[in-house]
Amino acid sequence: MTDGGAPLRIDRLVVRYAGAENAAVDEVSLDVPAGSLVVLLGPSGCGKSTLLRSINRLVTAQSGSVHIDGRDVRDVPPTELRRGIGYVIQAGGLFPHLTVARNIAIVPELLRWDGTRIAARVDELLALVQLDPANYRNRFPRELSGGEGQRVGVARAIAAEPRLLLMDEPFGAVDAIVRLALQDETVRIQRALGTTILFVTHDVDEALRIADRIVVMAHGQVVQYDTPLRVLAQPATPYVEALLDTHDAVRRLALLRVSDAMRPHSGEPGGARIAPGQTLREALSEFLRGADTLAVIDGDRPLGTLAFDDVRRALARAAG
Amino acid sequence: MSYLVTHPGDVALRLAQHVELTLSALAIALLIATPLGVLAARNGRVKQLVLAVFGTIYTLPSLAVLALLVPILGLGFGTALVALVAYAQMMLVRSIAVAFEGVPQPLRDAALGLGMTPLQAFWRVELPQAFPIVLGGIRIATVSLIAIANLAAWIGAGGLGVLLFAGIERQDNQKIVLGAVLSALLALGVNFALEALERSARRRAGLA
Repeated sequence: MTDGGAPLRIDRLVVRYAGAENAAVDEVSLDVPAGSLVVLLGPSGCGKSTLLRSINRLVTAQSGSVHIDGRDVRDVPPTELRRGIGYVIQAGGLFPHLTVARNIAIVPELLRWDGTRIAARVDELLALVQLDPANYRNRFPRELSGGEGQRVGVARAIAAEPRLLLMDEPFGAVDAIVRLALQDETVRIQRALGTTILFVTHDVDEALRIADRIVVMAHGQVVQYDTPLRVLAQPATPYVEALLDTHDAVRRLALLRVSDAMRPHSGEPGGARIAPGQTLREALSEFLRGADTLAVIDGDRPLGTLAFDDVRRALARAAG
Repeated sequence: MSYLVTHPGDVALRLAQHVELTLSALAIALLIATPLGVLAARNGRVKQLVLAVFGTIYTLPSLAVLALLVPILGLGFGTALVALVAYAQMMLVRSIAVAFEGVPQPLRDAALGLGMTPLQAFWRVELPQAFPIVLGGIRIATVSLIAIANLAAWIGAGGLGVLLFAGIERQDNQKIVLGAVLSALLALGVNFALEALERSARRRAGLA
């Protein structure tokens, strides 16, 4: 796929369920740049899933608007809209009576692609999510592990090359180790295809690990919308501080060394420098001052580089 | 059993009538019960109403229902058919409603979320998932209909009941046993066949 991701703009969106006292989504505005991976983070009942489901109109908003690629979602018939948006749900939602190949082929079939194109696309997608096509295409969902089922769920969602992918707690039902692998896959696929991804989770470590930007939600509202770095280092409210346990995270960083997280000899040393024995907390301060990457230099011997990505990976490793 | 040897044509006729009555009733009953059951699965008030009405019919003694229908519809096949159809409704509507209610919400969500129309979601996801459970309802309804169809002879609608009633009237034990054994074998055979079908449908739906 070459046409990458679609920008998404949500403007003062309100969703109120019949009979509910408070709005499930309360005047939410959000600008999601094309090709970014944005995580909606919050406890259950904070409105993050409802917000996601109002984008593909599984839930109807009372007021406000959602624009994908500059087009109001209300101007597109819902079935056509949804065929153009990838959708992954918890535990995959694979159809148990259909093979892996038929599950993946759902949207291409709805779009009436011809059979040979669909078969080729199914194999291409299975390879993309690292499942051997010959081994997996004719299996039934019950013959898959939780992680394999989730990979097929992702393959099915991106089958017709959507420019926007919605993922609703997709990895909530798999064990911690498989979850880490699936998170890496998601980021890898996103980088490769350039798809815009909106990802709902209540798992803070998951959010910190994969997000370009995090939307922290509470009571149907957006409390903070920022990069993982800034959410962690500068929580907007005590609620964000408590939810992400930011004190603890920064404290943990103080216990880790630059040498634990750096990449040896990758790329040219940039402007700002740091010593391998300094803590990641000190590195964090440098990033907040505006550095993208730090040159790790021992005396005058360049050892490698450190980016914020490396810091959060080290943090996730320390947490998990 | 010697009646079977001396009058094979008559026995075959009664068996054929019994099968015809049961199958016709089942077919008509399904035509009514399917939309009602699907509707009941989606709407709690419809479900309450439909199950209350058919539940009442179901509790009426079958002999009494047949007797009550005779002054209105007269004797014969048609009257027996109406009674059997009414009887089967409760079993069929309830199993169809339960079957469609049992389709997991995430599967419906996935179907609609991927861009199926509600009709496509019904045919491609809900029906294949619900079908094995509906088959279970059909099995129970059919076996019950085979039993109740014996009473049809009493209002001149034919069937294996003719052998039973004639046997009782003339104190001909052979005929009684023949009629009883044949209708029991019919019920057992149908039950066995539908059970096998149900198992394979469950496997294909990924439920087993």
